[in-house]
Amino acid sequence: MQNFPILSFITLLPLFGMVILLFIPKKQELIIKSTTLVITGIQLVVAIFLLKNYNYSLGGINDPSTFQFIEKFRWIDISGFSWIGKIKIDYFLGIDGLSIPLVLLTALITFIATLSSWTINKSVKGYFAMFLLLDTGMMGVFVALDFFLFYIFWELMLLPMYFLIGIWGGPRREYAAIKFFLYTLLGSVFILIVMIGLYFSTTETLADGTKVFTFNMLSMMNPQNFTAQGILSPLNPGNLRLIAYIALFVGFAIKIPMFPFHTWLPDAHVEAPTAISVILAGVLLKMGTYGILRVCYPIFPDITRQLVWYIGLFGMINIIYGALCAMAQKDFKKLIAYSSVSHMGFVLLGMASLNSMGISGAIFQMFNHGTITAMLFLSVGVIYDRAHTRGIEEFGGLATQMPIYAGFTTLAFFAAIGLPGLSGFVSEAFVFLGAFGFGSIRVLTVISTLGILLGAGYMLWTFQRVFLGGLKEKWASLKDLTFREYAMLVPLSVIIIFLGFYPAAMLNIMNSSVNAMVKVMTNAQTFYGSLLH
Amino acid sequence: MTQIGLNHFLFVSVVLFCLGIFGIITRKNAVMVLMGIELILNSANINFIAFAKYGNFGYQGQMMALFVIILAAAEAAIALAIVLNIYKTFSTVNVDEIDTLKD
Amino acid sequence: MTENLLIQFAIIILFLPLLGFVVTLFLGSKVKKIFLFENFVLILAFILSVIMVFAKLNYYPQENIVSEFHWISLNNVPLFGTLNIDLGILVDNISVLMIFVVTLISMLVHIFSIAYMHGDKRYNRYFAYLGIFTFSMTGIVFTHDILMMYIFWELVGLSSYLLIGFWFEKKSASDAGKKAFIVNRIGDIGMFSGILILFSTYHTFTFDKIFTQISLGVLPFNSEFWLTVTGILIFCGAIGKSAQFPLHVWLPDAMEGPTPVSALIHAATMVAAGVYLVVRVFPILTGGALEFIAIIGALSAFIPATIALTQNDIKKVLAYSTVSQLGYMVMALGVGAYKFAFFHLVTHAFFKAALFLGSGSVIHAMHHEQDIRNMGGLRKKLPLTYATFLISTIAISGVPLTSGFLSKDGILAGTFAFGSLTGQWFFAFVGFFVALLTAFYMFRLVILTFHGEPRNKEKFDHAKESPFVMVMPLVVLAALSIFIWYTPNPFNPEQGAFLSKWIKAPTIVVPQNARYSFMKNDVIKPAEQVQTAKPKTEAEITFSESYTEAMHHAHIPAMLLSLTLAGLGILLAFSFYQWKKLDPDKLANSIKPLYKLSYNKWYFDEIYQATFVAFTLGLSNVLYWIDTYIIDGIVNGSATVTKQFSKFSGTFDNIVVDGLVNLMATISGFIGLMFRRLQTGKVQTYIVVVVFSLVIILFLFKSF
Repeated sequence: MQNFPILSFITLLPLFGMVILLFIPKKQELIIKSTTLVITGIQLVVAIFLLKNYNYSLGGINDPSTFQFIEKFRWIDISGFSWIGKIKIDYFLGIDGLSIPLVLLTALITFIATLSSWTINKSVKGYFAMFLLLDTGMMGVFVALDFFLFYIFWELMLLPMYFLIGIWGGPRREYAAIKFFLYTLLGSVFILIVMIGLYFSTTETLADGTKVFTFNMLSMMNPQNFTAQGILSPLNPGNLRLIAYIALFVGFAIKIPMFPFHTWLPDAHVEAPTAISVILAGVLLKMGTYGILRVCYPIFPDITRQLVWYIGLFGMINIIYGALCAMAQKDFKKLIAYSSVSHMGFVLLGMASLNSMGISGAIFQMFNHGTITAMLFLSVGVIYDRAHTRGIEEFGGLATQMPIYAGFTTLAFFAAIGLPGLSGFVSEAFVFLGAFGFGSIRVLTVISTLGILLGAGYMLWTFQRVFLGGLKEKWASLKDLTFREYAMLVPLSVIIIFLGFYPAAMLNIMNSSVNAMVKVMTNAQTFYGSLLH
Repeated sequence: MTQIGLNHFLFVSVVLFCLGIFGIITRKNAVMVLMGIELILNSANINFIAFAKYGNFGYQGQMMALFVIILAAAEAAIALAIVLNIYKTFSTVNVDEIDTLKD
Repeated sequence: MTENLLIQFAIIILFLPLLGFVVTLFLGSKVKKIFLFENFVLILAFILSVIMVFAKLNYYPQENIVSEFHWISLNNVPLFGTLNIDLGILVDNISVLMIFVVTLISMLVHIFSIAYMHGDKRYNRYFAYLGIFTFSMTGIVFTHDILMMYIFWELVGLSSYLLIGFWFEKKSASDAGKKAFIVNRIGDIGMFSGILILFSTYHTFTFDKIFTQISLGVLPFNSEFWLTVTGILIFCGAIGKSAQFPLHVWLPDAMEGPTPVSALIHAATMVAAGVYLVVRVFPILTGGALEFIAIIGALSAFIPATIALTQNDIKKVLAYSTVSQLGYMVMALGVGAYKFAFFHLVTHAFFKAALFLGSGSVIHAMHHEQDIRNMGGLRKKLPLTYATFLISTIAISGVPLTSGFLSKDGILAGTFAFGSLTGQWFFAFVGFFVALLTAFYMFRLVILTFHGEPRNKEKFDHAKESPFVMVMPLVVLAALSIFIWYTPNPFNPEQGAFLSKWIKAPTIVVPQNARYSFMKNDVIKPAEQVQTAKPKTEAEITFSESYTEAMHHAHIPAMLLSLTLAGLGILLAFSFYQWKKLDPDKLANSIKPLYKLSYNKWYFDEIYQATFVAFTLGLSNVLYWIDTYIIDGIVNGSATVTKQFSKFSGTFDNIVVDGLVNLMATISGFIGLMFRRLQTGKVQTYIVVVVFSLVIILFLFKSF
């Protein structure tokens, strides 16, 4: 068991599943669906197994020896041609406290999204094949430690997403899909450029003592590996690290999505089918913040410290702006899309704090937003499946007709508002406590607290318009939840409540890594400072 | 009365060849064109034989003449078959009208 | 009874209602009688709390019993060290007295609701909500740190939201619930900001540890000014929850909820949580913060009292009177009358709960009629309700022999003493004036409801006394509004155990020059403070001797003055409404603008609607417009520009680049066309050409 490549297994399993799907006849829809369910189910079990065998005390972040479940071997090795030089790229997987919550989240959300995809009836085989490919891409991003591999997975996820929105989406699906695709691709270009710049600035020493350029992210985090002349090397007085950092940050920020790069999100959400919205909000948005924490922060700690106020500022803008935009919505799904913008702002704000509390809060918020927003989108899906409309004003009084559904939605809404006892509160409180502890963004933090007021405002207002008041005549025949919908909503509810009462369960997992991250950031001053002056 | 020599043979051959060419060029009927070709071939045969008789080539001239006769027979057979098919397709054997290759 | 056992009792009392909530909620639709379980749970909690009160006050009258655990630990944080977030339970005299009040009233309200809510289609759900409310309120009471206070603070807000909007089919009810939650959130943001300051300074949430550090001279941002700000921010939470000016607007609307809920949440317990919060953080409040608190309290006591004069809804009058009474307590805290503020909190909880339940009984009897103009004469039909209502009204008006007299008189003496020590007589003036108003509008309510002739004959005829489960709580609560429970001497509350033994004013920890001038002699030398981090013994608890002395001096004049004013108020009410010697309508007409101001609640709702609400909604629409047309416009614009450019480059490609290629093709095509002429497709032509060419070649190359 020790040498079993468990991370490769969890990552490539869906790809394998996709190959199986291709051999199943098109007409056997039930078999296709159940195969996907089994595959994602196995993935979830493996993810839980990972957690069970995970050693909480190891930090990871920039120390290769404290990553866990490492798989590393030479993947691409070109040394024969003198005119390209030696290219050595590793297949390097590993997880630490930063990635394991997201691996868990991905496995969980994918499983639930599979259940939610049950109602798909248009070219089922293609849908689930794309779905599983997407799954591989997402999982890969969270376990890859080699920049090249990371980038491959990052791009791999893009294409299935394009088709999933573009084929199975709503009326304006082509527009939304192309917007999503091009926007994200723009971000990828930035990432690619910086990746290549970093490649030509970092070397790794081989066994025979020769130095070769490397894509290994962990090597990039060690300032001693930088070459003297590298364009992104701190040793080079004329380096472009600041510009590269901004480019990289923008690349990731598009995915978060950070104001002002957020406009693809409402369109994509509104057009995407429910399950894809769930994945989009539940997992994909986290890839942006994960990328910043995994790549930007430890590789560029010096620049991060320089720009941290702006990160906090954009976090604040996201919170307030997203909440205000949400308030103006008439479309249920669009409202939740904007609320996502607002909630991801908390992640940015927490990251900007550069202390353990804030960063714990940020990662925890990533997980919580994943579960809570997934639940919100599932709720919208439930009502959309029945009523075929998402106009907030068209509903009213559904709490009388569908009391259990209303109960679950109440839970999700209050979790989104940040009610204590539910998971969202702890992460938001941590973000605020951490951010307030960091002197320079104190004022931003205080302004951001308005976000929790606005959040309560639009959420309760929406809740009132949809669920309270007198029942409208035309909705008098709506049925309450089915068994499948229970199966989707109950696990999420349990997680939300459990983590609300006992947040330490999640915070302990990431604690060592968060502290290691903060150490990297605080040491940066001395480390990079001495290199620069 | 002069001795019949090589020039006489060649003269007959030229006449035959010119008749053949004339036939090919002027006749519209494919069969007549074929007959022109036969004439040309025969003029060639006469040349072969004449040179074999008056030159120092052994029996190679006669050999070639025989070869040409065989070839002519085969050619005539195939050509007639083609003409038959042309007739079937276009209902005519007039070569002027069979110019679809041009377009 | 060991300390450990007390803690266990506290934990059981805390979680019993939660158990009740979960069981009742999940079995509510299946088991019809499950509400009895919820009632049983509350009775059990009440019994436990009675035992606890006795044990605590008899065996551990001075100790603060604390039990805490690490809720979250962030081991070994860089640059700081070990950082833990603790939650815990504090059992001291204040918390056990408060828990007694909460469980007692909650239990009575549960019992009252059995009859009052009978026949409601979400009957069990209602009890479940009461359960989660009781759980959250208990949490607030037992908390020993401000984070846990905030957690349960919000949970109380949730249960209040659920219960106000319980009849959510009515738009007004769901509106009121939403309003309550959001207005409370405004205060909570302030409170949360205060918590942020405290945590970033002290790295702990626990009250004791914060107090110790402040007494050692550690201040937020090293300035007394920020300590004042922190105090005011924390108090913002109380402004929201206790419905103080300017956030009082939600409480009258909250009367949309079922009446027992109004009694429990919006009169006796939850709204008192704000006062309880200030009681808890009292030691860190600087002179500036206290003065701010006193001003807010005075305004909250005065404005709603003027509004209550003209309201016609029985519950609205009581709601405004609640805000006014809460304002009293807050003002009392602000002027330093700490003990009387808490005392008034307890006494008010009982008589106000009695008043609300009494009004519930009336409304029940009148088939959900709430307008007092349609009542009258109910004294004969509802004798028990009338009696208890009257006792409570006497108590709230501050007539001797009642609990209200004792506590209110103490507060008035406190403001009087404050005036004599500082020369600021504003608070005393407001206090006495509001006492007059209170007596007047409460008796107006009693007279219009119970006295005189019935104004709605039909409803009057159908009215009959409520069943036992509704009357019993009224009787219990009215009985608790008598002085005897608190002191043997009806004119001196200090003689009772309640004020002399049970409640002690805490030691102020703020730096000397940030206090009220008269509290400065309350000195503990810094060197001693380090040692006295342990619970203080009685001798060390000194709460401004000059203030205590001034209170003693103020006691008699304040009592006489308040008696006079209360008597005057009652007299006026009788002459207006009972004996009809004076005509209220004529008076209203002669001061029309004032009357309108009062009748329309000082136009607070309208002002807020026109400013904050409209502004926020407007801003959100503007921002969304910007988002759609400008930010997204830029994105789409860049797409359009790219498209246009590509169209242009496409055209260029078509015309110029492809044009060249096509030109080449055309040229070769043209040449081909020329040569094509030669190709007739006729073998004969070719042969002619061949033959002639041959002939020409022969002639050209003839060498002979």
